[in-house]
Amino acid sequence: MRTVYDVSDVGRTIESLFDRIASSFSPDSTLNIIGIRTRGEILAERLARSLRSRGFKNIGRGVLDITLYRDDLSEIGPKPMVRPTEINIDIDAHPLLLVDDVIFTGRSIRAALDAISDFGRPGAVRLAVLVDRGGRELPIQADFVGLTLQDVPRDHRVNVRLSEIDGRDEILVEPRT
Amino acid sequence: MAEHRPTRSSIWTRKHLLTLESLSAEELNYLLDTAQSFREVSTRSIKKVPALRGRVVVNAFFEDSTRTRTSFSLAASRLSADVIDFSEKGSSVSKGETLIDTARNIEAMGVDVIVLRHPASGSAQVLAGAVQCSVVNAGDGAHEHPTQGLLDLYTIRERFGKIAGLKVAIVGDIANSRVARSNLWGLKKLGAEVILVGPPTLLPRAFESLGAKCVHDFDSIVGQVDVINMLRVQFERIKTSQFPSVREFTRLFGLTTERFARCKPDVFVMHPGPMNRGIEIGSNIADGPNSGILTQVTNGLAVRMAVLYLVTHAG
Repeated sequence: MRTVYDVSDVGRTIESLFDRIASSFSPDSTLNIIGIRTRGEILAERLARSLRSRGFKNIGRGVLDITLYRDDLSEIGPKPMVRPTEINIDIDAHPLLLVDDVIFTGRSIRAALDAISDFGRPGAVRLAVLVDRGGRELPIQADFVGLTLQDVPRDHRVNVRLSEIDGRDEILVEPRT
Repeated sequence: MAEHRPTRSSIWTRKHLLTLESLSAEELNYLLDTAQSFREVSTRSIKKVPALRGRVVVNAFFEDSTRTRTSFSLAASRLSADVIDFSEKGSSVSKGETLIDTARNIEAMGVDVIVLRHPASGSAQVLAGAVQCSVVNAGDGAHEHPTQGLLDLYTIRERFGKIAGLKVAIVGDIANSRVARSNLWGLKKLGAEVILVGPPTLLPRAFESLGAKCVHDFDSIVGQVDVINMLRVQFERIKTSQFPSVREFTRLFGLTTERFARCKPDVFVMHPGPMNRGIEIGSNIADGPNSGILTQVTNGLAVRMAVLYLVTHAG
C-alpha cells in the first residue's frame, strides 16, 4: 500500500506544528534548535526562520550527526557517511529543541540525546518531529508531532521529502524495496 | 572543501588499510571527507564519541615511534575503544616468536584491530592474510605509511581547498622513505604533479616509472612548487656512504633560509617528523608561517580516527 501526502498536506502540517511550538516557548528567552541530519536539519532551519519572523530574538542553531552514536549501524543497510556535527553555541542551561523528520523506534533520538550530553547540559530537551509512525523500541516520545500515522507496517518506510534537497515537499508511505 | 560533496552512504568496503597504492581516488576522497567529520570531535568539551565502544585496538610496534603510536592511541581512545600498547622490547618477540605467532596470540584475546609498525616491507599485507581482525599499516619498512600519506593529503587539501593541479616536491631520502611512496601514490591518484628531489644515491630512477618526475637539482624546481614535503634523513637506515657528508646534503638538499627565499611566497612546507633541525630543514622555516608541520600532527589524529572507524565498519 502506498500513501502520499502532497505539498499542501505537508504545508498545513508544518504550519500547525510550528504554531504549537511557537506558543510553547517565550519569544524573549533563548531557544536552541538542533536539527538531526539530514532532513531534521532542514526542518530546524525552516522552524528557526518561522520563529524569528514571529519575534523570537535569541534562537541558537546547530546540526547533529548521530552516526557515531548509533547502536543499529548493522541494521540500517548502506552505512551512512559520517558528517560533521556543528554545535558552536553554548547549550548549557537553556531549553533545547531537537528536530527530526520521522520518529520510529526511538533509537536515533536516544543517540541524539547521548550526543547532546557530550556538548553540555541543556535546561530541558524537547523533541519535535514531522511524522510519528509508531513502532517505538525505547520509552521515548516527541513533545511536538506534525502528523501521527497509526500502525504503519514495519516493512513500510515513511519517506519525508523536502524541497530544499528533494525538489518538493512530500511524505510517502510505501513498502520497502 | 567545495570540490568534494560527501556522498550519502559509504563506498568503503575494506577491512584493512594496507597501502594507498591499492585505493581508488574515490576511496581516498571518502576517507578524507570522513576525517573532516572527525576533526570536529576534538573541538568538543568532551572529546569522545562511542563509535568503537567495546572494541579493542592493539598498537603492535616493532620499531620506535612517538607521533604515530601516540596518535593511534589517542584516536582509538577518542572513539571509546580499549587500547593495548604492545612493543617489541620486553615482549616474547625478543624470545624469537614470529610476527604471525605473536599476532595470532594477540588476536586470540579478542582484538578488533591490529595497528602494525614493522621494519619489513609487506609485513602488514602478510599479517592481514593471517588474522581475522582488521589490520592497519602504521609503516612497513620502506614500503608504505598510508596514514601519514592520508594526513599529508588532508593537510594539503585543507590548505589549498584542492589537490588536483598542485605541484608537490618531496625532497630528500626518497629511497628509504615509506612516507614518500604513500604520498606519491595518494597525490598522483588525486591529480597532483609530484616531483621527487634527492641525490642519485637516494633517488633511484625506478621512481620515474611510478609517474613522478625525478630531479637531482633542488634549486632547479624550488621556485615552481606549491608544496615542499621535506623528508627526514634516516640515519638509522642509510648504509655506507649514500652521501658524502651531512653538511653537503644540507647545502644541496636542505630547505635553508637562502633556498626558502627563492620559493613561491605562499609555498606550503611540510615534514613528517621527527625533524633534524638544521639538516634537512632550517629551524626558522619549520617554525615559520609557511610551515604546516604541527597542523599535520593535529590532522593525523582525525585521519586515524576515520581509518579506525571505517575499517571496523566496512560495508
